[in-house]
Amino acid sequence: MVLFNTTLPYLLSGISVGGQYALIAIGYTMVYGILRLINFAHADVFMVSALCMVYAVTTFQIPLYIAIPLVVALTVLLGFAIERVAYRPLRSAPRMSVMVSAIAVSYTLQNLALYITGGLNKNYPSIPWLSDSITVLEATTKRVTVVTPFLTIALVVILVMFIQRTKIGTAMRAVAKDFETSRLMGIKVDSVISMTFIIGSFLAGIGSMLFFTNYPGVIPTAGAMPGMKAFVAAVFGGIGSIPGAVLGGFVIGICESLIKGLDTILVNTGLLQSPLELATFSDAFTFVLLILILVFKPTGLLGEKIADKV
Amino acid sequence: MENKRIQNLTSVVFLLALFALVIFLEQVIKPTDTMAMLLTVTKKSAVYALVAVSMNLLNGFTGLFSLGQAGFMLMGAYTYAIFTIESERRDSVYYYFDQVVNVSLPETLGGALGSVGWLVGVLLAIILGGLVAAGVAYLIGFPVLRLKSDYLAIATLGFAEIIRAIFQWRMLGPVTNAANPLKSYVRLSDFKIGTGDAAINISTFVAVLLAVVCIGIIVMLINSSYGRAFKAIREDEVAAEAMGINLYKHKQIAFCISSFFAGVGGAMLAMFANTVQANNFKSNMTFEILLIVVLGGIGSVSGSCIAAVFFIFASEWWLRGLDSGRFLGIFAPGIFRNGFRLVIFSVGIMLVILFFRRGLMGDKELPYYVKWIKDKLTTQKPKAGEANG
Repeated sequence: MVLFNTTLPYLLSGISVGGQYALIAIGYTMVYGILRLINFAHADVFMVSALCMVYAVTTFQIPLYIAIPLVVALTVLLGFAIERVAYRPLRSAPRMSVMVSAIAVSYTLQNLALYITGGLNKNYPSIPWLSDSITVLEATTKRVTVVTPFLTIALVVILVMFIQRTKIGTAMRAVAKDFETSRLMGIKVDSVISMTFIIGSFLAGIGSMLFFTNYPGVIPTAGAMPGMKAFVAAVFGGIGSIPGAVLGGFVIGICESLIKGLDTILVNTGLLQSPLELATFSDAFTFVLLILILVFKPTGLLGEKIADKV
Repeated sequence: MENKRIQNLTSVVFLLALFALVIFLEQVIKPTDTMAMLLTVTKKSAVYALVAVSMNLLNGFTGLFSLGQAGFMLMGAYTYAIFTIESERRDSVYYYFDQVVNVSLPETLGGALGSVGWLVGVLLAIILGGLVAAGVAYLIGFPVLRLKSDYLAIATLGFAEIIRAIFQWRMLGPVTNAANPLKSYVRLSDFKIGTGDAAINISTFVAVLLAVVCIGIIVMLINSSYGRAFKAIREDEVAAEAMGINLYKHKQIAFCISSFFAGVGGAMLAMFANTVQANNFKSNMTFEILLIVVLGGIGSVSGSCIAAVFFIFASEWWLRGLDSGRFLGIFAPGIFRNGFRLVIFSVGIMLVILFFRRGLMGDKELPYYVKWIKDKLTTQKPKAGEANG
């Protein structure tokens, strides 16, 4: 019972963070599936989305019911613009150039955020219903913690249906399977890629609202860590696979949160005399998982096997 | 053969001139001058040039896209700092912990051999930093080097983060001082000839010399049979293997050597920066170095060096005015405020990456361009008919 009571809050927040990672991870996994590009800028799109929210609500005093759709729209626009400006001109360039371009976009967005915020921590506005405190099985938490996993699952179900049932969804699958052939078949590859970025940024925008509601503030590098973790989640689940990204997001969120609380849990249950400060490794553990999965199952949990062509 | 000798001679003369210039400037410029910034940025660019070249060895010459540079630099910096902290100040540095390492190499050797011993001690500590980084790289290499392109990049990035977490772990505090900074070790500014007011400051010279020696070793490696094997792996792994190159062995060698010099670079960064803290070695540092490599041209050593100098000079010095209100005589404190420099700077990098994809030098070295310019100047343009024939 002691074990359950001490573990529960960590488990809850783990599931919630996991859901947020899952939403970001979808953006990574879809882009990678089609362009074979680690979109390093995605993490910063997520951060910029949060900053837009801060400025929309605190500086411009826009009411929330307008601000939320506005911010999501801006995020989508940003994702779309990045693809247009930084990735499309490099379509025929080697993969490494595109990746470097992604890193440069990320660098630019961070520096821009640094300039605009002056490097100060910006408090994220509280969204009334989401940031209310509630009690789940004697553990106090914000409502967003409980809402996140359900919202994530709902969005993913809609997305999967979109990809399976609609025409553009079919085109996406075709492009992911074989870039050149689908172009020959008359699919407008460029608009499919734009659509991918739009969907990815839309989900990152929603994810950022959920993430930062539970988080003290926004700084220019706030996106980096969640972004890296979401990417790891995408690799863990099998890059290119949407259910895989969601699974990976939850696994990583829960592991991270449990490690944050591992000292408390171990001490409370009497397994450990004094704390070992294991919380330091909550971020690093994600990468341990990454390396383990890359070594033992490089295609990820749900990924497809790709044969190497010479 | 004759050509090669002339080329070597030219490089030696060029380097000697560089050293002489550095020593001269260091004596002429006083710390209070506005030009004193020149010395600071020179030191920093020496460090970054070395690290960029070490990354280029891996990314440009062997074709292994690794993003673990910051992690290896961190290990080099920590190892160096730990083994050179003054024994008198150890207690104040390790305020919260009982330190385990109680050796200061420069002091121990300096006590026995005088100032030569001190120098040997510092060098030993730097090399030790490199060796620790190389050793860890060797271990990491087993799982990681089997991965391909992006996966290798993300796995090495991950390892750098893991290393950073380990160094910040409170349980290792007696060795690494956990999240607290290390200080009071031997810094670049401690390099002086003589004592008191008459002392001659040679800190910039030391930084440049160290970087030049290390880069020279890397260049020699690239020109050796190992270097040719690296390039073969970069061009085509399957073909290289078919030609009898042991892929894994050569990748491991390139990875360890690159990490060794990243570690040395980290030690030099520590010497430059006066304090070492794990939190400064984030993935952003790796990205900056990668941008330098790309700007200079992937696969060009001289390109990396020139790009490092430009990168550091521009970001730390020339564009300073953009941060403090006045730039090129334009006074606009509303726009030119903190951070604007980096915005302009990153937009510039973005443009280079989009429009000059091959970087400054492509994969050619400086002598190629010197020769190219010379040919342009001496020979007349061939007639149209001849060119076609």
